[in-house]
Amino acid sequence: MKDAVGSVATVAVFGAASDIAGETVRLLASQGARDVVLAARKSERLEPLAAGLRTEWGTSVRMIEFDADAFDTHDAVVADAFRGRDVDLVLVAFGVLGDQSAAEQDGEAAIGVVQTNFVGAVSVLVPVAERMRAQGHGTIVVLSSVAGERGRASNFVYGSSKAGLDAFCQGLGDRLHGSGVTVTVVRPGFVMSKMTAGMSPRPLSASTEDVADAIVAAVRSGRETVWVPPTLRWVMSALRHVPRSAFRRLDL
Amino acid sequence: MVVPAAKRPTVPEAAAAPALTPRLLTGWGRTAATLGYVSSPTSAQDVGRALGAAGSRGVVARGLGRSYGDPAQNAGGAVLDMTALTGIHRLDLEGRTVTVAAGTSLDALMRALVPSGLLLPVMPGTRLVSVGGAIAADVHGKNHHRDGGFADHVTSMVLMVPDGRRLVLTPDGTPDAFRATGGGMGLTGVILEATLRLLPIETSWISVDTERADDVDDLMERMAGSDHRYRYSVAWVDGTARRRGLGRAVLTRGDHAPIDALPASARRDPLRFDPKPLVGVPAGVPGWLLGAMATRAFNAGWYRKAPREEHARPRRMASFFHPLDAVANWNRLYGRRGFVQYQFVVPDGEEAALRGILERLAGYGHASFLTVLKRFGPGSGLLSFPIPGWTLAVDVPARPAGLGPLLDSFDRRVADAGGRVYLAKDGRMRPEAVSAMYPELERWRQIRAELDPGGLMRSDQARRLGLTDGPRLRASTGAVSR
Repeated sequence: MKDAVGSVATVAVFGAASDIAGETVRLLASQGARDVVLAARKSERLEPLAAGLRTEWGTSVRMIEFDADAFDTHDAVVADAFRGRDVDLVLVAFGVLGDQSAAEQDGEAAIGVVQTNFVGAVSVLVPVAERMRAQGHGTIVVLSSVAGERGRASNFVYGSSKAGLDAFCQGLGDRLHGSGVTVTVVRPGFVMSKMTAGMSPRPLSASTEDVADAIVAAVRSGRETVWVPPTLRWVMSALRHVPRSAFRRLDL
Repeated sequence: MVVPAAKRPTVPEAAAAPALTPRLLTGWGRTAATLGYVSSPTSAQDVGRALGAAGSRGVVARGLGRSYGDPAQNAGGAVLDMTALTGIHRLDLEGRTVTVAAGTSLDALMRALVPSGLLLPVMPGTRLVSVGGAIAADVHGKNHHRDGGFADHVTSMVLMVPDGRRLVLTPDGTPDAFRATGGGMGLTGVILEATLRLLPIETSWISVDTERADDVDDLMERMAGSDHRYRYSVAWVDGTARRRGLGRAVLTRGDHAPIDALPASARRDPLRFDPKPLVGVPAGVPGWLLGAMATRAFNAGWYRKAPREEHARPRRMASFFHPLDAVANWNRLYGRRGFVQYQFVVPDGEEAALRGILERLAGYGHASFLTVLKRFGPGSGLLSFPIPGWTLAVDVPARPAGLGPLLDSFDRRVADAGGRVYLAKDGRMRPEAVSAMYPELERWRQIRAELDPGGLMRSDQARRLGLTDGPRLRASTGAVSR
């Protein structure tokens, strides 16, 4: 469980190959997390991250194979991640951006994005939430996106998958209220990472370090909604009320 | 009522364990809430049934919830609220002992005993703790340098172990189990009742000498020089003063006042004892109220208002022993995020470590509101906190992000000095720190495992610190002595 100053000792990350996940785990390890489970597809890719954690912080690291699209394996993977001790923090960090223009014309491409980002996450979150409820404590951090706040012509396939996930997590968090389990939804704006490599940064973009800092601060304080950078909360709040006729002409 | 060891209580098959209520629990510091399934046993049989029904997440007893961190909570498991098991079972006026149910508060006990001229020989900083909790944490008072800890005055106790047996523990008859239970943080079983030695008193007043010390060196010199002449001694330290004023303090010491030392108005009823809470703190008080500025102002004011030197002033016991009990729910002053109390002890000769920590704290942005320095004599339980030396307790809000690493660095300093941190106040230490501080931990684990072979007794603190992990030597990580 979180200790009196809000630090966590045991962490499980689903989608540990993401830049944000790596940055967050390193920060947590530097602050005392000593038992980390890294779950990702082709988990051998995580070796450099794991080696860094072990040598720099003496963290005990276990890598497990996890495919977000293989729903029928998720129960077993989650059980493995929770094996032998409580998990204080679960970070759900996997997701694909997809190719918006391809997804608009190719049903399978669109389904792929939604399957991974929404269905895959839900499939992991249900058993995670059950285990956390049973252990009587825990924090679940889920990476949503500002793209889920309002559908946009430029990325609505990705955006809708995150919108679904975001709504699921808000409801899950309220369902778990009073159970000792907190669900935190993180909504980053444009993050410079390998997911967005080759794209030009937007105003109010964030670094992976910014997101990691925000996640760790939210875990410490128990905050349930996190915007990165924080100004996005107000920007998106305004954009939400822009009429459709005007919104569609904005270059976002 | 004392049931001999090895006699199993008869638990009728049909009798159900007491009803469980899911409740979010925290310690007095109001940090790190977890969900436990709470039942309120009203008899030893109930406790037996609750132990029998406990699942894989285990069980722990909880008293009045005055531990600051997480020792009296058990996430996902059973928590026995012992506060319904109260009452004085036997009072032996000649032998000066009292046998009480473990859920009885020291407050209730004092109200019953003091008018008869008897007092508990060890008085922690609050009366609002249960007898069971006081034993489990082996609490100390302002007289530890002379009289030892709470468990030192327990002549016998009844412990229910997870298989349902009631063991009668005494310091000489069952030294291992006794020393593992006094200070054992509730992890050896459930304490059902205890027999305590009592101190005869003539009045409910303390005759107090007050003096001010200019800095921490002056303070320690005064305490080391003359504490042995007083039964009670405590120094309130201005934790916000820096540089030349570092550790300036108000030292109050005293002993029980004889009747002729009392103000005339009090002589007619010298054993009167009926303290009432003066004020209460409402829920939802914002945490910024106890900000750095308010803390500084309060501490400076307190220091200045104290007399430079005052001799033999009679003070009521409640105001001398338990000033904070006059403010109900004072823990709410720290707001939603709660606070951490850090209390450590370093042996005599390691004053530099104490001074160093005090310096770091005073320079830290979130100064301690209440800082207290005391002297300790030897401790007795295997996990008892006291060792001969100096103990400092500080309160800090749990909010700032840098607090964890700061306290971790203090842990290392304390462990290197041969000292330790108080488990009853802890909510944040790491396993390797505890191993480094408590040399008898392995021995305690072995005895604990004999009393609870199934590993049923659990608490959040035990899980966090790995206290109940099998009786084996943990590989040292070197993290503490680094």
